[in-house]
Amino acid sequence: MSGNLTLALTVGALYAAGTYLLLQRTLTRVVLGLGLLGHGANLLLLQAGGSAGGVPFVGAPAGASGVADPLPQAMVLTAIVITFGVSAFLLALAYRSWVLTGEDDVQDDVEDRRVTRRQRTEDAPVVRPEDEL
Amino acid sequence: MIRVLLPLPIVLPLLGAGLAVALGRHQRLQRLLSVLTLTVCAVVAARLLHLADTAGPAVVQLGGWAAPAGISLVADRLSSLLLLVSALVLLAVLLYAIGQGAADGRRTTVAVFHPCYLVLAAGIAMAFLTGDLFNLFVAFEVMLVASYVLITLDGGQEQVRAGMTYVVVSLLASALFVTAVGLVYAATGTVNMADAAGRLAELPDGVRLMLGLMLLVVFGVKAAIFPLFSWLPDSYPTAPSPVTAVFAGLLTKVGVYAIIRTQTLLFPGDSVTASILLVLAVLTMVVGILGALVQDDLKRLLSFTIVGHIGYMLLGLGLYSVAGLAGAILYTVHHIVVQTTLFLVAGLIERREGTSSLARTGGLQHVAPVLTVLYLLPALSLAGIPPFSGFLAKLGLIQAGTADGGALALLAVAAAIVTSLLTLYAMARVWSTVFWGRVAPVVPDADLTDALEVGTARTPRLMLGATAFAVAGGLSITVVAGPLYALSGRAAADLMEPATYVRAVLVPAPGALSR
Repeated sequence: MSGNLTLALTVGALYAAGTYLLLQRTLTRVVLGLGLLGHGANLLLLQAGGSAGGVPFVGAPAGASGVADPLPQAMVLTAIVITFGVSAFLLALAYRSWVLTGEDDVQDDVEDRRVTRRQRTEDAPVVRPEDEL
Repeated sequence: MIRVLLPLPIVLPLLGAGLAVALGRHQRLQRLLSVLTLTVCAVVAARLLHLADTAGPAVVQLGGWAAPAGISLVADRLSSLLLLVSALVLLAVLLYAIGQGAADGRRTTVAVFHPCYLVLAAGIAMAFLTGDLFNLFVAFEVMLVASYVLITLDGGQEQVRAGMTYVVVSLLASALFVTAVGLVYAATGTVNMADAAGRLAELPDGVRLMLGLMLLVVFGVKAAIFPLFSWLPDSYPTAPSPVTAVFAGLLTKVGVYAIIRTQTLLFPGDSVTASILLVLAVLTMVVGILGALVQDDLKRLLSFTIVGHIGYMLLGLGLYSVAGLAGAILYTVHHIVVQTTLFLVAGLIERREGTSSLARTGGLQHVAPVLTVLYLLPALSLAGIPPFSGFLAKLGLIQAGTADGGALALLAVAAAIVTSLLTLYAMARVWSTVFWGRVAPVVPDADLTDALEVGTARTPRLMLGATAFAVAGGLSITVVAGPLYALSGRAAADLMEPATYVRAVLVPAPGALSR
């Protein structure tokens, strides 16, 4: 199997950018990051079929380099549709989160909040009730 | 006949989901349709199990394309057994949800619930039945998309926060899955699992190990094994209780099934992976159950016990022997039923008390004796008290571990015993705070996930009946333990000898149409 260097580098760039965006705190960036990551994965799957070739129709004359492998193309089409649908859902969820909280950030984890609160009370043993309020 | 029967558990719920959307305004018809669909699926699954057990793996090539190019559906002993159990559990939870929906009478969410639930059922069935790696990805997506909608069904702030975590983590795992499928295809030129099994064996060891571990990470996220579990206790408890119950019972087990299937079929007998699995099993059990000990919320506590008990199934797989795998399969069946039941009971408790906080409930044995019994039986079973199913499954695993005799295996057995005791402690803590003690005044939470008639003695009969059905299902595992363990043993022997599976998929049976 021979690969295409440009495509391979593109896959790498997409994964890198996607991972970077995924680590951000802003929900919109997380959504975009997942989109890029999905594109990278789809491109990699397409690459797995080897180099481009003639049309893989039954009865079509094969080119000098043979026909392209149709199976990864079929799989990539499926994967693209799935990525598309799920991204739409994720966007809707991010929008809902913005409507409810008024900010575009990932909300704090419940357990994290609890641990922080416990830490604070342990650090300051003398806590008057009015401080809590 | 098999060509009609085998795709039914996937096709029927999908058709039913479409019809349920169309019937959105007619709730009675919609309910009837869902119940009918899942009942037929359960019957079909039982028939498939019988066929697979007597006549070997049943195979259908979809669309008439022969195996390596087309998509194969395969029902062998393991997949049809899990299919049957999941169909029964889905049915019980559906009845519970109908009971709750009928009592609460919220039209909009209920109308969406049924179609999504049926799509979820189709995704789970497809994941169990498929013999194709890419189709397995599609099955996971079908299942997950339905679960995204179900987990955010209420659309409150807490649900959206939890749903966001759940969706992002699942999507990341899906992107990794596509990557892994792409790499497997690049390395072997096939995604048919039976075909890939032979071709992967010819690859260099390093490449095989990399592909195997990558798939382990992908399914590890879904199955919530040790370093990859933190999304689970954070997202499950916020969903409505029937949804949490079915997620807890089935979704993680689909991940476990995928791990068992890929590791035994595609990467058999890899000693590095086996050691990794045993170490992960120990860490998953201990970390999961320690997390459960300190929780104050009943649903969060139960969510952590899911993580802890996934470790047992990994232990059985890591031993890589017929006895170990048989124990793992029996444990999976037991855990699907019992964990679902416990979440159903937790839902009933929350419904009654208006909260699932351990600190704010108490004395339930005085006011709700039926609920007390319904909690006690599955809780003892989860902790592994004889003669319940948990004890039998754990006994099988521990015997397999001591028979193996390796240092790691013995360490895992020790961890399994400690985890079992700690589970008993966690269950006893729930018992003493929720059921014993003085009757606590009812103080409902501010953000109730299930709209309820707090503090009333009336629990809808259907909810109670469905929970009792699930409890009875857990008890019946003990009754049929002999034949069930024998069946698990035969399924495990199949897994250790993938040649039968490969032959059934790749060589068309005499008389079957190849195109």
